[in-house]
Amino acid sequence: MVDARGLLCPAPIIRLARAARTLPAGTVVTVLATDPAAAVDVPAWARMRGHTVVETRRETTEDGDHLAVAVLLGSSAGTGQVS
Amino acid sequence: MPVTGRVVLDAGGGAPLLPAARTAFLAALDEGWADPRRLHSEGRRARALLDGAREAIAAAVGARTQEVDLAPSHTAALHAAVSTVALGRRRTGADVVASAVERAAVLNAADFAAARGGGARVTVPVDRTGSVDDEAFVAALARPGVALAALQHANGEVGTLQPVEVVHAAARAAGVPLLVDAGSSLGHVAVGDSWDVLAADPADWGGPPGVGVLVTRAGVRRSPDRPQDEDRWFPGGVAVPAALAAAVALEAALADRDEADAARRALVGRLRARVPERVPDVDVAGPDEHRLPHVLTFSCLYVDGEAIVTALDEAGFAVGSGSACTSSALEPSHVLAAMGVLTHGNVRLSLPRGTTAADVDRFADALPGVVGRVRQALGVGDL
Repeated sequence: MVDARGLLCPAPIIRLARAARTLPAGTVVTVLATDPAAAVDVPAWARMRGHTVVETRRETTEDGDHLAVAVLLGSSAGTGQVS
Repeated sequence: MPVTGRVVLDAGGGAPLLPAARTAFLAALDEGWADPRRLHSEGRRARALLDGAREAIAAAVGARTQEVDLAPSHTAALHAAVSTVALGRRRTGADVVASAVERAAVLNAADFAAARGGGARVTVPVDRTGSVDDEAFVAALARPGVALAALQHANGEVGTLQPVEVVHAAARAAGVPLLVDAGSSLGHVAVGDSWDVLAADPADWGGPPGVGVLVTRAGVRRSPDRPQDEDRWFPGGVAVPAALAAAVALEAALADRDEADAARRALVGRLRARVPERVPDVDVAGPDEHRLPHVLTFSCLYVDGEAIVTALDEAGFAVGSGSACTSSALEPSHVLAAMGVLTHGNVRLSLPRGTTAADVDRFADALPGVVGRVRQALGVGDL
């Protein structure tokens, strides 16, 4: 779980990428974000990095609405930069 | 000798004024300063210049002079096109069909006009290259209750040419007028005749700001929705010098359109290849083929859009951006979002006429260092 609520672009994607770096391929990591750009940028990042978005949903808590995107990490996870 | 001049690569909707347009503007200040509504010689001279401008624009787009209206801006032309046609066809319906990547002025006007008539905006999606789903568009405009449909000739942010011919044929069959926004096309590529209402932007082809073009084919039903005025569609009219300079600029732009197309298409093609070669983790938007010759957009992963625009400006390059962090809005470019292209770290290039290979090479040489420094400042070099 990566909580990027309240952060603006590109910070949520940077947080998510940092988490992905330390996790093995096959892990599902979920990012929470309030930045409207995240709805596009999480799937775009996943496409560029060889990961797969498995679920996108809107959630409501007492703090307000946010987006939750679950990403299945591909083979570039856990290894840092992959060219 | 070091090259230190500015390189402007952000000409969309605001290109540097063409020399012929500047000359015409200044001449019209002397010759056409009077109110064209007056009956004296000075007024009639201004009227003649204004009518000449409309005539030249009409000839350039293949229309009759009386079909051409001049607006105070491209935005005003688009707003009026949508709202007056919607009002004119209110008995048929109130829905407005539009692609997801229309200019904000079209989408906002569609929402406004549809809501006023009790209808809805029907938004048709695009694919990853920004090309509208023509089957979905045709299906949407064939449904009952559609006042008008709007499809741009080409997208000014990413360069994608839209399937206006097939959509116009279907719109004609359905009896629905099609508004084509050629605001990024006219003066750069052939616009054709697949439209019922055409809007174009002189500032985009090297004319002055402060004037817009709206062409409405005879037979398209529209109703004015402004207070009565001698200038029925754009109350108050437009500045004569701006109108004349817009027409002169269009003639100049069309005279060397094919050369300017070939030159800029080659330069953009060079950048399309070089940028992803030299900068890691770049998402290049738009199609390789079937695009405007002078537009290129790409996004750099983990980069803040405002930071890259500012850093490129300091390095001597004027570029645009569709990232949220570069506008007052929190929302990123609706065009990039509709296409699924990375929205942060976005750089939008629109090459003015006369851009040289040296300009483009300087940009390609400077970009990797600029992106690298921004990424280093954000501490994302290891990602």
